[in-house]
Amino acid sequence: MKKLVSLLTVSAMVISLCACGGTKTEEPAETTETAVEETAQEADASTEATEETGAAAGVMPAIAKEDIKVGVIHITDPAEGSGYTYTHDLGIQGMQKNLGLNDSQIVRKNNVSDSDATAIENAMRECVEEGCNIIFATSWGFMDTCEALAEEFPDVIFSHGTGYKSNGTNFNNYFGRIYQARYLAGIAAGLKTESNKLGYVAAMGQENSEVTGGINAFAMGAYSVNPDCEVYVKVTNSWFDPEGETQAAQALVDLGCDVIAQHCDTPNPQTVAEQNGVWGVGYNSDMSKDAPGAVLTSVMWDWSVYYTQAVQSVIDGSWTGENYFGGMADGLVDIAPLSDLCAEGTQEAVDAARKQITEEGFNVFDGVIETNDGSTVGAEGSTLSDADITGSMNWYFKNVVVK
Amino acid sequence: MSNSTENVQNEPFARVIKRAELSAGKTTLLRLSAVLLSLIAGGVFIACVGQNPFVIYGTILSGAFRSMMAFQGTIKLMIPLLISSLGVTLAFKMKFWNIGAEGQIIFGATCATFFALFCSGMNHVLLIIVMFLAGFIGGGLWGLIPAIFKVKYGTNETLFTLMLNYIALHIVSYLRDGPWMDPESQGFPKIARFDKNASLDKLCGIQFGWLIALILVIFVFVYLKFCKQGYEISVVGESQDTARYAGMNVKKIVLRTMFLSGGICGMAGMIQATGSDITLTTSVAGGVGFTAIIVAWLAQLNPFSILIVSFLFSVLEKGSSVVQSNFGLSTDCADVLQGIILFFILGCEFFVRYRFVFRNKVPKFNKKEMEG
Repeated sequence: MKKLVSLLTVSAMVISLCACGGTKTEEPAETTETAVEETAQEADASTEATEETGAAAGVMPAIAKEDIKVGVIHITDPAEGSGYTYTHDLGIQGMQKNLGLNDSQIVRKNNVSDSDATAIENAMRECVEEGCNIIFATSWGFMDTCEALAEEFPDVIFSHGTGYKSNGTNFNNYFGRIYQARYLAGIAAGLKTESNKLGYVAAMGQENSEVTGGINAFAMGAYSVNPDCEVYVKVTNSWFDPEGETQAAQALVDLGCDVIAQHCDTPNPQTVAEQNGVWGVGYNSDMSKDAPGAVLTSVMWDWSVYYTQAVQSVIDGSWTGENYFGGMADGLVDIAPLSDLCAEGTQEAVDAARKQITEEGFNVFDGVIETNDGSTVGAEGSTLSDADITGSMNWYFKNVVVK
Repeated sequence: MSNSTENVQNEPFARVIKRAELSAGKTTLLRLSAVLLSLIAGGVFIACVGQNPFVIYGTILSGAFRSMMAFQGTIKLMIPLLISSLGVTLAFKMKFWNIGAEGQIIFGATCATFFALFCSGMNHVLLIIVMFLAGFIGGGLWGLIPAIFKVKYGTNETLFTLMLNYIALHIVSYLRDGPWMDPESQGFPKIARFDKNASLDKLCGIQFGWLIALILVIFVFVYLKFCKQGYEISVVGESQDTARYAGMNVKKIVLRTMFLSGGICGMAGMIQATGSDITLTTSVAGGVGFTAIIVAWLAQLNPFSILIVSFLFSVLEKGSSVVQSNFGLSTDCADVLQGIILFFILGCEFFVRYRFVFRNKVPKFNKKEMEG
């Protein structure tokens, strides 16, 4: 009976969403008007959820706060105290605090290898089994399993970070405009460098829009204050490779780079920078605590912004299944407070650029951009679309050199 | 100081001597007490990290059995372990130290993946059969290579099979990063998820590999116990000279058995890739090939015992994963727990065969032993 009621509620919400003619473009409401009314009436009579949600109707039924259970699939262990997983877990903790959930309402699955499909599936199934209504899968490699399980468990929301797949209802994708923060970090690095060579340890190569976009924004930020500097990129081909990241950073230092930025999970590049007496720009969490003698600032995520919003929308019944792509104005991305190691005038330059981004509509990839193979991207007076930024950023800015 | 005391003092405090055969009842008792002791020692460890051992053990059990979904998950972990344990058993019966199950699993899975990726349009039943054959032959060939070298040049099969594991693993990395990379993955190195048509069907909610595994239990049992070829394997295992004397073609038997052993492991790989992972990854074997060796020996190379032992291993693994999330106990703790339990159970095998003799008891006994 309970199932039937919730089923009706769901269908009522789906239909009302379509009928509202909201933002969704798929699925035009072709159901006959009477059917809509009937279902809506039944649903109204049986639950109050629909009334509460009102205009912000979602595609999933509302779930009372006490009944919410959140699953989290981590690629490593938050206890590492730094880096990717730690940052995501801080976001989960922030969400828990913001919403006042109990510890028992969070189910964490740590050290789930992104290359072991069976382990991923087992971890997610255990979350479902323990009654999770929403599962955050924080790593790219979890995407295909999310897609498959979202189909098998239509009542459970699978929210996948950093990928590109989604189904519009119970499987969405979340990420953010981290490139905005990287632009600011690029300014700090460009002002600091003496050799005019900035190093960048990249997890993935040119085909990966996320990494490549980050490199470009960093390079453009640096270029904006120091047109003579170049960004040397070394690719590790892994999101998490402590040894490879160390080696790549060392190789960049050996090439003469004196600021080491990174797009990879461990703070190792920063430690390498510190050991070599050069500077660095951390990623994910504030890495000045890992390498206080080197880190100028760190490019940071505040995932609690998204996690809070997502879980709140499930509680309210306003979950829309839309993808999330937040930015600096939302507070999702920023850089850590500048350290004393930064060059003079950095704070002012960064503040000015931040204001441009958050208030003046500057979106980094504006206008005509020159690439490092001599061609150009974009057009005067326009900015690259989100689809281009997330999906087809396969070129490097003109001062980028791949090593 | 008398002469005899001096002698006694020169004796080591304790010595190890071989036991006479223990009765079956006593052996069982010894093994059960080992299990009990391991649980106690594991409990002490759990208590040391600040948890209640009874609750943790309870969670392991409930984690593996609490619902249909949990039970299915447990069985899913068991399938590759059970099949590859059966595979290595054939080789071990022949005293051929095949520690290359890992590689045979991977290569079998790789061969099957070729068809899953590039012939996914084929008729479903036919495709599954082709993939089974590909997995079997792939794994078989991977097992055959060290056997050929062993037979021809007398190479060391332990090292040879071990090395082939890494070659197989890196073949997968190469395919994943290069020719077989998912074109849609934006540079993330992975092989695409298989088409539904190329994945194993489910039977009772679990991929039907479990049925294959059960059939293989019976097959291996019958093969070893009631077939001429199985008999040949044990003769070769006991003494190659005897086998030769009896007119057996030892080389042929070694090659045939290793092909079969590798082939069964290859099937485990194919089943894992097409039934559970639905893609090919570098962790398709994920250490199962090594655990299989432990399982096979714990079960004394008996197929039915292998069924039980591999099931228990899967319960431990599935349960540990739930313990990790429920109690925030790191997965490393679960590994320590598994290690403790293994240590005791394997250690007990020592006491089945040997026993300690202590110094103060020695003189009388020693004399007798010496004379005897």
